[in-house]
Order: sequence, then C-alpha cells, then structure tokens
Amino acid sequence: MTFISLRIEFSGGLELLFSNEKRHKITIPAQVPVDNNPKVDGPRNGDTKAADMDFLIHWLREHLLKERTELFMENSTVRPGILVLINDTDWELEGEGEYQLKDNDEIVFISTLHGG
Amino acid sequence: MAPKLCALCSTNKAILKRPKTGQQVCKDCFFYVFETEVHHTITRAGLFKPGDKVAIGASGGKDSTVLAHVLKTLNERYNYGLILFLLSIDEGITGYRDDSLETVKRNQQQYDMPLKILSYDELYGWTMDAIVSQVGRKNNCTFCGVFRRQALDRGAAMLNVDHIVTGHNADDIAETVLMNIMRGDIARLGRCTSIVTEGEDTIKRSKPFKYAYEKEIVMYAYFKKLDYFSTECIYSPDAYRGHARTFLKELEAARPSAIIDIIHSGEAFEIREEVKAGQKSQQTCKRCGYMSSNDLCKACTLLEGLERGMAGSGITERERKKLDAEGRAPENLRTIPFYRRSTRTPGPEVPIVVEAQVDPAMITDHYRPYTAE
Repeated sequence: MTFISLRIEFSGGLELLFSNEKRHKITIPAQVPVDNNPKVDGPRNGDTKAADMDFLIHWLREHLLKERTELFMENSTVRPGILVLINDTDWELEGEGEYQLKDNDEIVFISTLHGG
Repeated sequence: MAPKLCALCSTNKAILKRPKTGQQVCKDCFFYVFETEVHHTITRAGLFKPGDKVAIGASGGKDSTVLAHVLKTLNERYNYGLILFLLSIDEGITGYRDDSLETVKRNQQQYDMPLKILSYDELYGWTMDAIVSQVGRKNNCTFCGVFRRQALDRGAAMLNVDHIVTGHNADDIAETVLMNIMRGDIARLGRCTSIVTEGEDTIKRSKPFKYAYEKEIVMYAYFKKLDYFSTECIYSPDAYRGHARTFLKELEAARPSAIIDIIHSGEAFEIREEVKAGQKSQQTCKRCGYMSSNDLCKACTLLEGLERGMAGSGITERERKKLDAEGRAPENLRTIPFYRRSTRTPGPEVPIVVEAQVDPAMITDHYRPYTAE
C-alpha cells in the first residue's frame, strides 16, 4: 500500500482545536474509500479513489482534531469562514474537495472567524 | 489541472478567487487591486485631508493589522500627507488582551508608528477581569463595548488626532445590518452603513475597509506574512452576533456577493422623518462631559453601578430603580475624568482626491446593484 506525506498548517485561531500546534506532518494512504471513512488504515475492500481534499478533511477530524468538531466541519466539508490554501493557492481555484492530493503538498487552513 | 492564469495580467498563476467578483487573480495583482479599492473608498468618501493626524484603532487582530499596513502603504504611494498613530485599548483581560498588545507593540516597530495604549484600569479604575468577577459572564460585553467606545475617543483626544479609523470590514457591517434588522433598531440601521460617523462633540471615525471582504483581508495578511493575533476573547463572546455571523458565512458560501448586497440594502433604507424626530437628541454627560442622550452617559451609569456594588443598574430598568431608591450617588464616587475634545486647528478643508492610475475595468464598482443571475 502506498502513502503520501503532507504538510498541514492551521492558523487564525484554528490551531486551538488541534493541540495548539500550527504545523503538522502527516502521512495518509494514496488510495482511500469513496465514502471518506478515515478509520481503516490497513488494506481495503470495496471501492476506492485517489486521496483528495474531502478525504483529508475527514482524516484530520478523525486523527488530529482534539475538540469541538462543529468549529471545523459542517456538512462533510470545512465550516464556512475557514479559508483553505493548497500549495499557497486558494482551494476554490483547485477544485476544492475534489482536488487530488500529491506527495509533499502543503495544505493551510485559516479561520476568519476570530476577532479582528 | 493546468494552473489557471491571472484574469488581470494573463501572465502569472492565479492564487485567489475574489469573492466580490469571482475573478481569479495572481498575488501581485491581488495586492494591487485590494490596495487600490481601499484607496478608492478613501478618495470617494473624502475621508482625509493632507496633514490630518489619524489614529488607527489597533487590537493586534487581522483587520487592524492589515489596515495599518495598507494605510501606511497608501499614505506613501499617493502622498496623502497623513500622520499615522496606533491607538490600542487595554481592557484588562489576562491571557487575551495582554497577548494581543504584544502584537501591537511589534506592529509599532514594524510600521514605525507611535503607539498609545490606554487602559480601562487607568480610565475607569476597573479592568474587565475585575468587572467580570463582579457582574459574571452574562452582561460583561455591554460594559466592554460602552467602555471601549469612550476609551477610543479619549485616547484619540490624548493623541490630539483629528480622526480615528477602525478595521471594520464588509462582513462586520453586513452582520450589523442583519442584527439591527432582527432587533428592529431603526436608528442604528440608519447609520450603521455610514462610512463616517461624526458627532458635534466626538472625533471623526471612519471605516476604510467598509467594502473589503474578510476573506481578502485574511488572504492579504497571509500572503504578506503580516504578524497578527487571533484568539477569541476568553469571556463569553456576543452570542447574538455569533449567530448573525454564522448565517452570513452560510449565505456567502451560497452566493459570495451576499455581503456587499446586504450592505447595499442597508444603505438603501430610508428612515422616515417622523421616526428620526422621535429619536433622542444628543447632549453632554453632566458628570464627565462625554456625548450622551441622557443626563448621564452610559459609561458613567455603568461605572456608578459598579462602584456602588449594583452593577445591574446600568443594564435593566428594575435594577436602576433599586439604585435610585438608595438615594443619590455619594460625593466621593469614582468618576471618569472630564472629557475635553481636542481643539486642534483644522487643516485645509480640501479632501485628498488623488486618483489612482489604474485601469477602471480592474476595479469593482461597489455600488453595482444586485441583478438576478
């Protein structure tokens, strides 16, 4: 089974939900279940797809998020008001949840919901 | 997927989809259009005159940090001739404001602007920590809001400035429009979209980011690697505003122009003269000289309640009656120092109208009314 490594960064107050750590290095499977189930790490049965942002968000909730899920996710994606960058580009230009992750991608999540 | 090219320069890779226009732009074009739109907001509204002394209300958060950076940039680029200051209010919230003020102190160095910090403790004799220990977490935002407003004016008077600018952005204003509608607060609905507020006796205030989307402010800070502080206040956040905010973000996700559309709706409301006539006229507070719609201003009323151990008297009518029943305020009651507006001789009455050298097609027309897709 092949894996891909990713650099993840949380800021704008979002890091508070992730052990107050801004930067994380993670490894996820290159092929993942189509239903985005992040729990199984071994060999998989059933339909798979290449790991994408939708899967990553579910994976982060399962493995890195420490508290208050509702401040990170809503309706199977990130909560409105959280900005996402893929290799320093707005994810809205990269296909959002459908973006297929590559080895060494850098994904940044920034909350805009904290005080100005 | 092949990288998308910038819609403006057609050369560099696009890094941002602008929420206002849906345009995809590269980093340099984004900085340029963002700054130029703020410049247009400033010149169209005639906010500044050459020689104006302007205090930037600085919390260390994203909005005021970006505002300080952009105003410094525009002041140099277009020769506004402004003298800029940072003005911070220390509410006295341990673990929150003390950390954010460290950010403001770094900003002072980074932007080379004089910084004035005025604390609630110094002005009112009470920190927010002390207030919360007396009133609890339910109404403390009322105290903080009233005290901050007056503290900013007083800090500005100490700096002898003409003008305070704040980092309120388009999302904040749209949120306030929604809240005023939901509360039926016609007076505030009428004025909450104004870019400038100025009483006879108060220092001019304005919001140069009135049309700037929060998404773009945060992206600007990210790409410029600006140093800002982002932690929620440790005392209960304003729950009502929180709901308005969540609702607005959901609207924005469905249609990004929702924010500017709501501001436009707020601007389009016309308040009938009879309704305006029913609103209280402004006078000055008999105790501290600050503007007020009653004999005592809201800050003096709240402070008296705190000092006499009946903090609720500034909040509810029933508590107020209890306080009145105990008789007049004692002679030795702590009061706020008397407010005197700075009497600086104004500069020439000509607003800055430097036009940016920019292709008009690059600039969003903020007043374009919503048309159905």
